[in-house]
Amino acid sequence: MIKVENLVKSFNNVTVLDDISVNFEKGKTNLIIGRSGSGKTVLMKCIVGLYDADGGSVFFDNRNFLEMDFTDRKNLRREMGMLFQGSALFDSLNVEENVMFPLNMFTRMTLEEKRERTNFCLKRVNLENVNKLFPGELSGGMKKRVAIARAIVQNPKYLFCDEPNSGLDPKTALVIDDLISEITHEYTITTVINTHDMNSVMEIGEKVIFIHEGNKGWEGTREDIFDSDDYHLNDFIFASNFAKKLKLLTNKQNS
Amino acid sequence: MNFFTIFGRYIILMGRVFSKPEKTKIYLKQTIREMEILGLNSVGIVIIISIFIGAVITLQTRYNLESSWIPLYLIGLTARDTLLLEFSSTMVGLILAGKVGSNIASEIGTMRITEQIDALEMMGINSASYLILPKIVATMLFNPFLTLISMVVGLIGGWLAAVTTGALSSTDYIYGIQYLFIPFYITYALVKTVVYAFIITSVSAFYGYYVQGGALEVGRASTRGVVYSSILILLADLVLTQLMLA
Repeated sequence: MIKVENLVKSFNNVTVLDDISVNFEKGKTNLIIGRSGSGKTVLMKCIVGLYDADGGSVFFDNRNFLEMDFTDRKNLRREMGMLFQGSALFDSLNVEENVMFPLNMFTRMTLEEKRERTNFCLKRVNLENVNKLFPGELSGGMKKRVAIARAIVQNPKYLFCDEPNSGLDPKTALVIDDLISEITHEYTITTVINTHDMNSVMEIGEKVIFIHEGNKGWEGTREDIFDSDDYHLNDFIFASNFAKKLKLLTNKQNS
Repeated sequence: MNFFTIFGRYIILMGRVFSKPEKTKIYLKQTIREMEILGLNSVGIVIIISIFIGAVITLQTRYNLESSWIPLYLIGLTARDTLLLEFSSTMVGLILAGKVGSNIASEIGTMRITEQIDALEMMGINSASYLILPKIVATMLFNPFLTLISMVVGLIGGWLAAVTTGALSSTDYIYGIQYLFIPFYITYALVKTVVYAFIITSVSAFYGYYVQGGALEVGRASTRGVVYSSILILLADLVLTQLMLA
């Protein structure tokens, strides 16, 4: 479990995160939703220490990450996997080398064992026979899947996904969502996902946290998200005409 | 950002760069790879520039020596000392600051804006050390060879110019480059080269590592890396010359 307490972050005296406290549950897909610029990515990057928070605490199973020194942080990060918005694959390495990279750095496995583990992870994300391709030769969806394979290759306890569906068509986005959800349950990972995609919320959002202008606006499950009376959340969810029409239709049916 | 902030960040970065590597074997492999990218791939440009500069120094010296009282072999001596003392270390250093420095700053800067550096950090890898240390070690080990190549090729260039244009005889030139030879000049040049290699790599990497924004900022970081490493090379040249030759 990841416990965030009173997290505060400012850039140039502009408060981006204002006293955020939230728990991310183990074995569940925890979604952080909100508009672009609401502070979702900053929150995630503060949790994993890519940004230094101005105040507050982040506990990874009772270990306060923000109070750790550089070496302890490095060690804890080996228990984490992260899927970046742009996949962040290493351009100079092929698919196999990208996935194998953490194993090369931190294990004493033989080349055969590393290959076996890499192929297993690539197969798990439904990618086969692409080992020798370079990131520049892959589609957006394939890059995301390679990045997921790399993120899970060391059996992480915590998985962070920053906008996993950005730049993907709805069908591929669904595939990526399902994959993340399956992996979360299969390996009982604490998964935290940043998204503003309502499809993702409805598909895999077991726990949903809504961030509005740097504050936690709402917290709940996908089942009760439509019943919320939070103005900003409703404004966010029903921003599209399609969603508005859907809600009108549902209201009519209910009445 | 003022000078002290930049300098402080540079020192902190170097502190991280020179911390214990996660896996020495991987770092060694990276260092060899960097030697090829940053060193071996620079041999061509060093040879081309050195051969022409050696030739030009010889011809210009001959052009300026009008007095018949001055022996012609001094042209060879002038070409040799110019190459050994300044050109093959400092001028080649400035050229490499442009070629290698921009390469390093743009490579690391692009990795920063595409979150590849964040990905390394998230894996628990000291990204500063992993990306920068092999480059520093590779250039500090390889650049002295570039300097030696430049010296030899420059002298050959001077000889070619002397012989083909008839500016002076081959015998005079060869006698000149051997006349009053001080071996310490080579040591002096190699020491300077090693210092320049550190400056070029660390300063360019520093500007690349702290890029924020997009492609435009990567370009700016690359330019800054080249400009500041060139200025620092000239400053180091002055200090080392005073320390080693005065």
